Amino acid sequence: MARLNLWRWGVLALAGLYFLVPLAASVVFTVDVPGQGVTFDAYRQIVSTPGFGPGLLLSLELAAATIAVVLLLMVPATVALRLDASRLRPVVEVVCSLPLVVPPIAFVAGIATVLKWGPDYLSRTPLFQTFVAIQNQDFPVVLVLAYVVMALPFVYRSLDAGLRAIDVRTLVEAARSCGASPAQALVRAVLPNLRGALLNASFLTLALVLGEFTVAQLLGFTPFAVWIYSVGGSQAQLSVAVSVLSLLVTWALLLSLAVLGGRSRTAAKG
Amino acid sequence: MNLMTLDKAATLEQAVTPDKAATVEFRGLRREFGATVALDGLDLTVRPGELLALLGPSGCGKTTALRMLAGFEHPDSGAVLVDGEDVTRVPAHRRDAGMVFQSYSLFPHLTVLDNVAFGLRMRKVRTAQRRARAAELLDLVGLGDKGERFPHQLSGGQQQRVALARALALRPRVLLLDEPLSALDAKVRLTLREEIRRLQQELGITTLFVTHDQEEALSMADRVAVMRAGRLEQCAVPAELYGRPATAFVAEFVGTMSRIPGRLSSDTVEVLGQRLPVDGDAPAATEVDVLVRPEAVRVTADEKGEARVVATAFLGASVRLTVRLAGATELKADLPAHEAAELSAGAAVTVTLPERPVLVAERAR
Ligand SMILES: Nc1ncnc2c1ncn2[C@@H]1O[C@H](COP(=O)(O)OP(=O)(O)O)[C@@H](O)[C@H]1O
Ligand SMILES: [Mg+2]
Repeated sequence: MARLNLWRWGVLALAGLYFLVPLAASVVFTVDVPGQGVTFDAYRQIVSTPGFGPGLLLSLELAAATIAVVLLLMVPATVALRLDASRLRPVVEVVCSLPLVVPPIAFVAGIATVLKWGPDYLSRTPLFQTFVAIQNQDFPVVLVLAYVVMALPFVYRSLDAGLRAIDVRTLVEAARSCGASPAQALVRAVLPNLRGALLNASFLTLALVLGEFTVAQLLGFTPFAVWIYSVGGSQAQLSVAVSVLSLLVTWALLLSLAVLGGRSRTAAKG
Repeated sequence: MNLMTLDKAATLEQAVTPDKAATVEFRGLRREFGATVALDGLDLTVRPGELLALLGPSGCGKTTALRMLAGFEHPDSGAVLVDGEDVTRVPAHRRDAGMVFQSYSLFPHLTVLDNVAFGLRMRKVRTAQRRARAAELLDLVGLGDKGERFPHQLSGGQQQRVALARALALRPRVLLLDEPLSALDAKVRLTLREEIRRLQQELGITTLFVTHDQEEALSMADRVAVMRAGRLEQCAVPAELYGRPATAFVAEFVGTMSRIPGRLSSDTVEVLGQRLPVDGDAPAATEVDVLVRPEAVRVTADEKGEARVVATAFLGASVRLTVRLAGATELKADLPAHEAAELSAGAAVTVTLPERPVLVAERAR
């Protein structure tokens, strides 16, 4: 028993070293300037660089929109698959796994081609305006669409795991026999028991959108990750400060999502 | 029971009983799932206020029939009528049917009280009012003090009681129970069985009770409907089902039945050296089996007897003997314990049947 514990602590310490040492070194490197002592100049400089606010805001908006769209799409779909025990299940599973095997670079190349050629063919149709609208610099809908596809595997997997843990069919039928319409049954009987899975799916999507670089950069938009890259390039200290900062921002957001999820759980009991 | 509890029972009854018990009718229900025929023209009428047990082996379509009344399953052809009104196309949430499921179906995220109040909430009953109603219903199933618990903090039997209270909360016109006791252990099953029956009689609610346990069906129901392969085999009061089964299937499914080979001639049958009249319709064949209940078989010790006792099982007041006849046929016989004292395994015996009409079925292969 004691030996097992020792082992555990050993592994934990090793893992901690592996993760924390580089992190601590980065932090020290950014705040400890030789000859000046501890200073937060690097961070101050980042925050005052133009584009910090808009970039972060855009990323958050994209994340929120992506989470909303992907959940609205996938929750009814996965629940319906559970209720019907349908033969469509393997099909959906494969489709939702595809984004994992298609590299983002191939994906974005495809999107770019469509965006380039589409308007040429469609210039005389109302669809042309659609193409313009989804590439709006203030809120690029095309990125949301791309991120929804990229988030599918993670969202599908967490929802499926959540649904596996409950007897969806019986819960829905119990609610229906208590006078709940199909939509009410979903919202009042199924979703509250999927809280963990929904939170999980949102976490993964948020992390994915905040860290996504390839697609946004190649399509010419500047959310947070792209902005970070553009600032950090020239100065060593600044670029490290920027990556430490982006790590902290992501953590803070995930933490707030967790707190939010926890709070609404206690509220639901009343 | 003192005055106060009597009074309380009366108000509870008002709180739960529908105005008048409903009649339920299945007409020619048919349903196929791919190659399996789950229901093959089921006709059945449930009378107002009665508890009707749907009995049959696993896979014979009981659950499918029940789910059609609840609105979760739709017939390929046929109709479901409640009080003469065709409800086949009415969606489940407007059917007015309370249902208790086989597996635990309580909402895990809600307290017991909120579970019971769920239906009232769907009907937009005000909070204070619905909590009061839910508390009354919990009292009714004897769980008044467990309202603030969560389902996972209750035993299986308690969970099914809550499910029962939840099903009754909207004063449904029919109560549907799909093997509600099958996941419980034997002792809880017995007490809950009695309790469901008591409640059902108190409320006078038309109830359909699905089970594959013939003892459960016989002991609880006003009438028992025996199903086989998607069809109704016989629907009768328990005593009739046991004493005068309409078919060999019913005879063997309800209670214990032994088959003894016999020869049929006109309307008598020759069996064990006796000639007995045939009860009901006789099959066309001459080589037949006579169906006998263990309590109708007489076994007497006889040195010259050709039959042998193979095994004995002590049942308390009686002893169940397994007897092997000359032709290797085995049959069961129940004897009062004092008569069976000298009949141990290996004893030579004679078997006789009482001079009464007997049930006859085609010879089993
Ligand atoms: N949703 C379904 N899909 C396919 N087959 C089904 C479905 N529901 C029931 N069945 C089949 O129909 C038959 C009757 O089922 P059921 O009504 O559940 O029987 P019981 O409740 O009497 O055990 C069974 O053979 C079962 O496999
Ligand atoms: Mg069943």
